[in-house]
Amino acid sequence: MTRQFDFAPVDRILDNHPRSELSTIAILQDIQEHYHYLPREVFPYVAKAIGVGEARLYGVATFYENFSLEPKGKYVIRCCDGTACHVRGSIPILERLRQELGLVGGKKTTDDLNFTVETVSCLGACGLAPAMTVNGTVYGAMTPDKASELLRELKAELEKGGGQA
Amino acid sequence: MTKLMSRQDLQNLRSVCQRALSLETKKILVCGGTGCVAGGSLDIYDKLKDMLQARGIHVSVELAHEPHEESVGIKKSGCHGFCEMGPLVRVEPQGWLYTKVKLDDCEEIVEKTIVGGECVERLAYRQNGKIYRKQEDIPFYAKQHRVVLEHCGHINATSVYDYLAVGGYQALEKALFDMNQDQILDEVSESNLRGRGGGGFPAGRKWKSCARQKETPRYIVCNGDEGDPGAFMDRSAMEGDPHRLIEGMIIAGIAIGSSEGYIYVRAEYPLAVDRLRMAIAQAEEIGLLGDNILGTEFSFHMHINRGAGAFVCGEGSALTASIEGKRGMPRVKPPRTVEHGLFDKPTNLNNVETYANVPMIIENGAAGTNPSARRTVPAQRPLR
Ligand SMILES: Cc1cc2nc3c(=O)[nH]c(=O)nc-3n(C[C@H](O)[C@H](O)[C@H](O)COP(=O)(O)O)c2cc1C
Ligand code: FES
Ligand code: FES
Repeated sequence: MTRQFDFAPVDRILDNHPRSELSTIAILQDIQEHYHYLPREVFPYVAKAIGVGEARLYGVATFYENFSLEPKGKYVIRCCDGTACHVRGSIPILERLRQELGLVGGKKTTDDLNFTVETVSCLGACGLAPAMTVNGTVYGAMTPDKASELLRELKAELEKGGGQA
Repeated sequence: MTKLMSRQDLQNLRSVCQRALSLETKKILVCGGTGCVAGGSLDIYDKLKDMLQARGIHVSVELAHEPHEESVGIKKSGCHGFCEMGPLVRVEPQGWLYTKVKLDDCEEIVEKTIVGGECVERLAYRQNGKIYRKQEDIPFYAKQHRVVLEHCGHINATSVYDYLAVGGYQALEKALFDMNQDQILDEVSESNLRGRGGGGFPAGRKWKSCARQKETPRYIVCNGDEGDPGAFMDRSAMEGDPHRLIEGMIIAGIAIGSSEGYIYVRAEYPLAVDRLRMAIAQAEEIGLLGDNILGTEFSFHMHINRGAGAFVCGEGSALTASIEGKRGMPRVKPPRTVEHGLFDKPTNLNNVETYANVPMIIENGAAGTNPSARRTVPAQRPLR
């Protein structure tokens, strides 16, 4: 069974950049912003469009931590584990989130593709440590309880049919 | 806005902005840095603005070209470095600083402070039982001497007009019209400016050796990868006073003979990217970036690259590889970046803070004009 992949969004993204190797990272960033990950289908397509080898594109995509070849959740929660946040207790928050979402082992994304939990290095908001972001919005002075509360709010938002910040 | 075609045009626009600024008899500066935004400062900004307007008070959001007598300026400022006490709201002319401001406090700020001219003391900073109304009196600030961040927190970080009103782009003017390349290079050397990216390499020496390279084009690259844990001075500078960095890079372009600049910003700083993008667009719009700047032969274009989460890209050769769209792998040196950097061409790579020091050096540094105004910039803080 082959699923038809719709390249229209990719085309729109490609149109916003000069078609050269120089745009590699910017294009991958835009694609990731759109799909929340880098679907395998886009690699041969983008490689051809900007004139680089597919292997080279994979090389770039796997080098940078921000790129993901696995689908991510609707809500991407990033717990800051930079020095300041680590010292002020980021790990208990991370553990609470993972536990409440049933993420065990190396798993980062829930099966229903609603939540991804990962760590990130310093967000430059150390004054508010421990900090985290949900789809880019920064939340400061977190505690495990506040994180649970936030999760409840996000879940409620999902139920209301929202879910895309 | 038409493009500025000459030095006179720029001076005229600056005086319009200065006049508009002087007519803002009262100002509310809501901190729009990453920390305070996380605390909801943008909602506070919107609410204060709406409340002022609803009361029929003339609000000046952008320094207008048709200045209005007696308006209240409301601005999104950069980070004050006091994020822990945020969201922060600064009130001028009194210089009061309100801390941990909530949406519910807006009404009192408008009624008591803007209309009544009184301080909302419960929002002032307290330490050991003492109330500090004025920002400058708070012990945290009392010992600070701000150079690169002098305007950060005090001007609208999203407007070129505010930067012009506080004397912005005066150094560019001087570099373009009153100095030659060697004079700029000498000035930077003599100032003893040291690279702020960690290595402390003398900036003047780097600039000179890049300017000496035979090959062209040459590139000006700014390192905004700020990977050091707990450090956020580059973020503050990019978010809070982006035009200062841009001005420093344009001056580097003049001195080194380059017409292309790149700023590499780490992925974790989306707000810095937004502010820089906005600032570049404004500078292009009024003709401070682009072809034939202020009617001269000199052209300079600027680009922004967002990092993608690799600490090592803070290293020079990894950073240039990343701008080229490759894996950010450092390479063995020599050849050095000044000889073979971006696209294998001569490249001057400096840190954000290094470039942001330059306008002040060019503006105040001219030897002989006023010795008391001469300031040098050796390392003002321990080099990491
Ligand atoms: C692993 C590594 C990480 C670095 N990270 C940064 C950084 O985040 N920001 C920075 O400005 N310089 C960083 N540097 C230093 C740069 O290579 C370079 O020396 C500096 O940006 C030059 O600018 P300056 O002369 O103005 O200091 C790093 C160096 C290494 C080896
Ligand atoms: S360490 Fe978390 S914001 Fe800086
Ligand atoms: S972000 Fe407001 S003080 Fe730092």
